Amino acid sequence: MTARVLRRVAIFVVSVLVASIVVFLFMAVLPGDPAQVALGVNATPELLAKTRAEFGIDRPLVTQYFDWIGGVLHGDFGRSYVTRDAIGPQLLDRLGVTLWLVGAGMVVALVIAVPAGSFAAVKHRKASGASVSGLSQVGVAIPAFLAGIILVQIFAVQLRWLPSGGWTPPDQDAGEFVRGLILPALSLGLVQGAVLTRYVRSAVLDTLGQDYLRTARSKGLRPGQALVRHGLRNASVPVVTVLGLQLATLLIGAVVVERVFVLPGLGSMLLDAVAARDLLTVQGIVLVLVVGVLLINFVVDVLYTVLDPRLRGS
Amino acid sequence: MKARIPVLAAALLLVASGCSAGSSASVSAGPDTLSVGFSAEPANFDFTRTDGAAIPQALLYNVYEGLVKLDSQGKVVPLLAKSWTISPDRKTYDFQLRPGVKFSNGAPFTAEDVKFSLLRVKTDWTISIKSTMDVVDHVDVVAPDHARVVLSKPSNGWLFSLTSRLGAMFSPTGVADLANKPVGTGPYVVAARKRGDSVVLTANPAYWGRKPAYATVVLKYIKDPTALNNALYSNGIDVISAITAPDSIPQFQADDRFQVVQGTSNSEVTLAMNNARAPLNDVRVRQALTYAIDRKALLDTAWAGRGTLIGSMVPPTDPWYEDLANVHPFDPAKAEALLTEAHATNLNLRLRIPNLPYAVSAAQVVQSQLADVGVRTTIEPLDFPAVWLKQVFTDHDYDLSIIQHVEARDITTFGKPKYYWGYDSKRVQQLLAEADSGTPEQQVADMKQVARQLNTDAAADWLFLFPNVIVAKAKVGGFVQNQVSESFDLTGLAPR
Repeated sequence: MTARVLRRVAIFVVSVLVASIVVFLFMAVLPGDPAQVALGVNATPELLAKTRAEFGIDRPLVTQYFDWIGGVLHGDFGRSYVTRDAIGPQLLDRLGVTLWLVGAGMVVALVIAVPAGSFAAVKHRKASGASVSGLSQVGVAIPAFLAGIILVQIFAVQLRWLPSGGWTPPDQDAGEFVRGLILPALSLGLVQGAVLTRYVRSAVLDTLGQDYLRTARSKGLRPGQALVRHGLRNASVPVVTVLGLQLATLLIGAVVVERVFVLPGLGSMLLDAVAARDLLTVQGIVLVLVVGVLLINFVVDVLYTVLDPRLRGS
Repeated sequence: MKARIPVLAAALLLVASGCSAGSSASVSAGPDTLSVGFSAEPANFDFTRTDGAAIPQALLYNVYEGLVKLDSQGKVVPLLAKSWTISPDRKTYDFQLRPGVKFSNGAPFTAEDVKFSLLRVKTDWTISIKSTMDVVDHVDVVAPDHARVVLSKPSNGWLFSLTSRLGAMFSPTGVADLANKPVGTGPYVVAARKRGDSVVLTANPAYWGRKPAYATVVLKYIKDPTALNNALYSNGIDVISAITAPDSIPQFQADDRFQVVQGTSNSEVTLAMNNARAPLNDVRVRQALTYAIDRKALLDTAWAGRGTLIGSMVPPTDPWYEDLANVHPFDPAKAEALLTEAHATNLNLRLRIPNLPYAVSAAQVVQSQLADVGVRTTIEPLDFPAVWLKQVFTDHDYDLSIIQHVEARDITTFGKPKYYWGYDSKRVQQLLAEADSGTPEQQVADMKQVARQLNTDAAADWLFLFPNVIVAKAKVGGFVQNQVSESFDLTGLAPR
């Protein structure tokens, strides 16, 4: 098991390094001069040259890369071309918002998917089970931003029960924080919940056909009891895989939902930085997102080993 | 095992709560708090080194004040200067300063600060509009309440530019960290900033003038037009500083919870033509394109019919405004005749536009109307600002483009042959120079000439003037109807 985990760690580290190079090169070929964008329309050539030197973008690419990645390894993401502020603390601040959103979205998704998927599996021959499946199909087809727009129209604009957007940090006003998080979390979570419901259903359905469940039922357990006591852990292996993949999708969905709900997270920071050609900031954000996705995959891999004893020997 | 997943989620949430601490900004929503929605967020607070409209919009007249300001009619009126006199040779300005003015850090405002601020533009500012201050020769401190500015040559444009951010007054004790800690003499101070979300201004207790009606103003930054509208509908904000989705205006008008204030702006939506390059270096071709476009129809499509047809680079709030909208009326037959005369009947032009909503929808109208007179155009949307700035603005690699020119009195750009218009007219350059150095009467007369000449030459096609549309809750009053300055002036706002 240790060897397996170590191998995963090595793969993770190499992936991060490769990703950092790709991210850096991608930014380097992006058209548009950050100095020109920072200075605006009437910038003189002298001022442009001075600003390029100040940003360090007039140096060879290799130098720029090693300076950047060296700083990042020490937790220094450099200073933004546009705001002239240190990028690292700002990233951390925005990451906090995004993690709240993704976390809350995940909770909503799981709260929907685990009971709904299990129900649909257990009742798969009944109309009630089929209608849950059908409903999840519809849910899958709705993009998160559309769900967001609809939710805002109903609960913010028409009923005025909840804010249409904006962010209150939890330590400032816990009540407002929760109120503000409900709609974004729902719009992310409803769609993800629908996607996840289908996986939970098929995983549970698979488990229901296994011999050990038949044994459990022959001991006198009702189908639901047998499933909860013996089936769900086994069914969770494929679901965790999907959950990992979905977390990555959630992270991307969060980028859009943040714009709809005006949340100051990584996603809106990324969009603003791209528009302003704030390349150093874009590099930092993309690197954090990529590392986040790789980290999720890594954790999923390790979780496998914990969940499924059969994998421990290999 | 199923307990593990919630544990993981909880762990994520725990990390998240740790991260977001420290970004808090306490805002108490009460009757003396006003929340205003903007679509563009300031990158930082330093407008001496960072270009763009968002910083002066938030800070000018509110946090920073100059010697003079623009009133809603576009007239230069006193602010930190009680009055001023101009010498007969129009080169020496004597400013009498208002007594008892303090900066928000406690330092008194004197003629020394005037000297410091005006000269600092030349030495420390890095944004390009600073060149307007090059004309300042020296500044004398005659007395603590009397500053004398001597110009190297007469310039009407200079006094006008003092109403912009260039005229903002700084204290030597308050410029250490302009990007984060603005120190001005204005009625408000910056209390907090949540990046990606808002800036909070609170009333400056030591302000020399009338106390503002709202003790706290929250500037909320919401880029998406729909989200901006929704925030007003759902009580998230009280005012939309400028509507970016014109189709939504009738909905607000129909709802008596809200009021719509519509005025003019300085923002000319212009069909730029590359005057320096064939075939658009031929005045007949440029005129033909101007005749071929039905600007009324275009305005209806591109901006829901809101806005003003102007026909020149002059908004109605400038003293030399004349209605030139119908000098080249919509006349496709005349357009075709001019094209034939210029032997330019088989044109294929590149219409390279910024990927912004107004430009995209205007470009489609331009394309179809030019097609009616036999001019083919290829629309190429470019990422704005980065790619558009580089390719069209800097490299002049375009035939046609559509862009708003938002700066005040930017008609002077036609006096620079190297500007991306590629327009080079000795007469216009001379008139602009004379207008700047002459008396105000001469200035008005000369500037009218400039506008007419540009119109005759079809140096560009001025499609329409952007409206300034503010939507607010019915209870808020005191808005400046026409947007003439760089500032979103909060000082006059009050409950009604």
